[in-house]
Formats: sequence, C-alpha cells, structure tokens
Amino acid sequence: MNSKKKMFMYGGVIGLAAAILMRFGNPGNMGMCIACFWRDIAGALGLHKAAVVQYIRPEIIGIVFGTFFISYLTGDFKARGGSSPLIRFILGFFLMIGALVFLGCPLRMIIRLANGDLNALVALAGYVAGIFVGVQFLKKGYTLGKNYEQAKIAGFLVPIFALVLLIFLVVKPAFILFSTEGPGSMAAPVILSLVLGAVVGIALQRSRICTAGGIRDMILIKDNHFLWGILGIFAFTLIGNLVLNFGKINIGFVDQPIGHTDFLFNFLGMALVGLCSVLLGGCPIRQTVLASQGDTDAGITVIGLIIGAAFAHNFGLAASGSGVPTNGKIAVLIGIVFVLIIAYSIVADQKNKSAKKSKGVSANV
Amino acid sequence: MSKVVDARGRSCPEPVIMTKSALEADCSGIQVLVDTHVAVENITRFAEGKGYKVNVKEYSEDYEINITME
Repeated sequence: MNSKKKMFMYGGVIGLAAAILMRFGNPGNMGMCIACFWRDIAGALGLHKAAVVQYIRPEIIGIVFGTFFISYLTGDFKARGGSSPLIRFILGFFLMIGALVFLGCPLRMIIRLANGDLNALVALAGYVAGIFVGVQFLKKGYTLGKNYEQAKIAGFLVPIFALVLLIFLVVKPAFILFSTEGPGSMAAPVILSLVLGAVVGIALQRSRICTAGGIRDMILIKDNHFLWGILGIFAFTLIGNLVLNFGKINIGFVDQPIGHTDFLFNFLGMALVGLCSVLLGGCPIRQTVLASQGDTDAGITVIGLIIGAAFAHNFGLAASGSGVPTNGKIAVLIGIVFVLIIAYSIVADQKNKSAKKSKGVSANV
Repeated sequence: MSKVVDARGRSCPEPVIMTKSALEADCSGIQVLVDTHVAVENITRFAEGKGYKVNVKEYSEDYEINITME
C-alpha cells in the first residue's frame, strides 16, 4: 500500500470511531473531540463549575494508553523535554480558548463538516488562515528551542495521569463531578469509548497524523502526505454517519448540535487554534499523542489545554449553542494579539542571535 | 565532506525546515542528524520528493541521514 493510501486508511479508522461513538451515545458531532474531552475532564476534576460539561471521557484515557503501549513497543517512546515549557503552556491555554469559542478542536471541525455543519467550513477557513500566518513565522526562523533527554519517570507521568483518571472513572469518588444533563451526560458506554480510544491512539501514533501538520506542510513544503489522513477522517466520518447516524445528518448553518452561527468568531476562534498549533508543532490531537509517548513539553501543553478550558468556563468565555459571549470574543482577540507578540519576539531574538554569530565569525577571520 | 545539519532535539517541523534551507544553500548534498524516527520519516519523504537519494544510518540514540544528488 502506498503511503497516501495508508494515511487515508489511518484517518478512516479515526473517522469511523467517531461515527460509532456518536451512534452509541456521544453528543452530536462529538464522537471524538480532543478539546471538548479535555474540557469535560477539567470539569469532572472540579476545575470549572459548568455542570453540563463534566465527565471523565474514556476516549482520552484510551488514546493515552494506546499511544503509550504502541510507542513503547516500537521504540518511539522517549522521555524528553525542556523546550520552552512556559511558552508552550500559554500557547496550549489560548489554543483551548479559541477551540471553545468555535466549539471544537480541529478534529471535531472535520467531524462537524462531515455531518453537514457548514459553520465548520467557516472555521476551516480560519484554521487555514491561522496556520498560514504561523508558517510565515516558521519561515523567518521561529523556534521553541531544543529539547533534552529527561529522567525516564518524566515520560511516564501522562500515562500515570490517565491511569488515575481511569480509577476515578471506575470508583466515582464524591469529589469527581459527573454531569447529569447536557453534553457531559451524553456518552457512549465506557468500555466502547476506552477500546475505540485506544484504537484511535494507535492509529494516531503510527500515522503521526496532525490536522495542523497536514495543512502546514502543504503551505510550507507542498507535501500532501498528512492531508490524506485528514481526508480519510472526513470521508469515513461521512460514510459512518450515512450508515449509523443517517437521521442526524443536517446540511446547513442553523440548528447544528453544539455549534453556533457567529461567522466572525467561528473564523477567528479557529484562526487562533491554527496559529497556536503551528507554533506548538502540532494540533491538540498530536500534542496529546506526543504527551503520551514521553514528550513532557507536549505534557505541559496538555496541562495548558486543561487550565485554558477551566478558565474558559469560569470566566464565561466558552461559547454555547446560543452564541459567543462578549468575554469570549475579547479573550480570542487578546489571544491572537498575545500569541503574535510571542511569535514575533522569538523571531526577533533569533535574528539578533544569528547577527551576533555572523559578526563573531567575521571578527575571527 | 558534506555540510552537517544538527537537528537533534528539534521538534516537528524544524528538522525539515533546517534540511530544506541547507539544501537550498548547498544543493549537492548534506548530512542531517536527528533523534526521533518521525524526523527521519519527514526528512526522507521531503528529500526523496525533491529527487534526492537518502541513506539513513541508525545509532543507539541518533539517526544520521545522508542526502545526496543521484
């Protein structure tokens, strides 16, 4: 099988899993959504008080375990870190704000699109625009610096966190919150979610699929390798929905499940996600996968996602079906400006450094 | 001896960008050092796409990628 077909099939596994999970109880167009699921986990841990989005999503636990085991077997697992952790945290934080204003990570954007939600098309345009801007910084020398080998235990921390979450999910201690209504109460059976999560984790780890990477590589090096993975997700979610969720397919802008029709902020929210994803080197799915295979910088990014989600609900930034609150709009605009300043400063720093270096060399000659 | 690009410890997509700019400066061939298998895959795909010949040597922690004109 050639590499493009392989990517398409790997993407297909993810898309099919999303359709199956929606069929068996997950919220509308939310068979899989990395941002929403981390947000639900933040709620279950009591980090935010939005009673309708609190649940320990087994899909996340499955993805972490699946990735961890397959990366350990194949030798990709490696404890590393130390590449601008605090900047990564901030980028993860604002990425989540953008995602919760649109209402979904890039994966859910594709899934929404595959079910006819045309707001996701507006968001896709924003995502591509954000990635395009991010690529301009990459071309000018943007970098978060080198990572270094870390103590082995550091690489196990995210899988251990997932194990703790699994225990909370099974034992249900009183301090863990579970929604009784709203999207957080809608879920496929735990075992199914766990197993399909693990399958998706393995597919993601082996394929290295990244929704931002697919678009970035097209712009940066004209390579469509990962784009085939994204197409696979789209095609198989669509096929899966045609077979399993036919009654729920709804082509248009209005009355879409867990989505709103604010064009400008669907665009800007996902533009912020695209920008942050490129600057981080990967979208939320890819960050979650990397975090599960020993990359502690990605681990910090995931913590940024969780804290971002907590703030988004505590400060009333997150959108809902009825639209985007004013606070959310302001937060997205602040996020875009702040992230651009970070990227610009890093590029300026790099220029200074290389100017100094070449001066040093010519002085030696 | 061809130019050596040390992309070890760099996260995606920096190794590919470093390879790309090094090849633009010296199109005859370069050697790239990386420490993840993902970087090997990405650089190999990129360089082969540009018509270069790619040869990868694996050491205990690192990979040495030799990229040459065919």
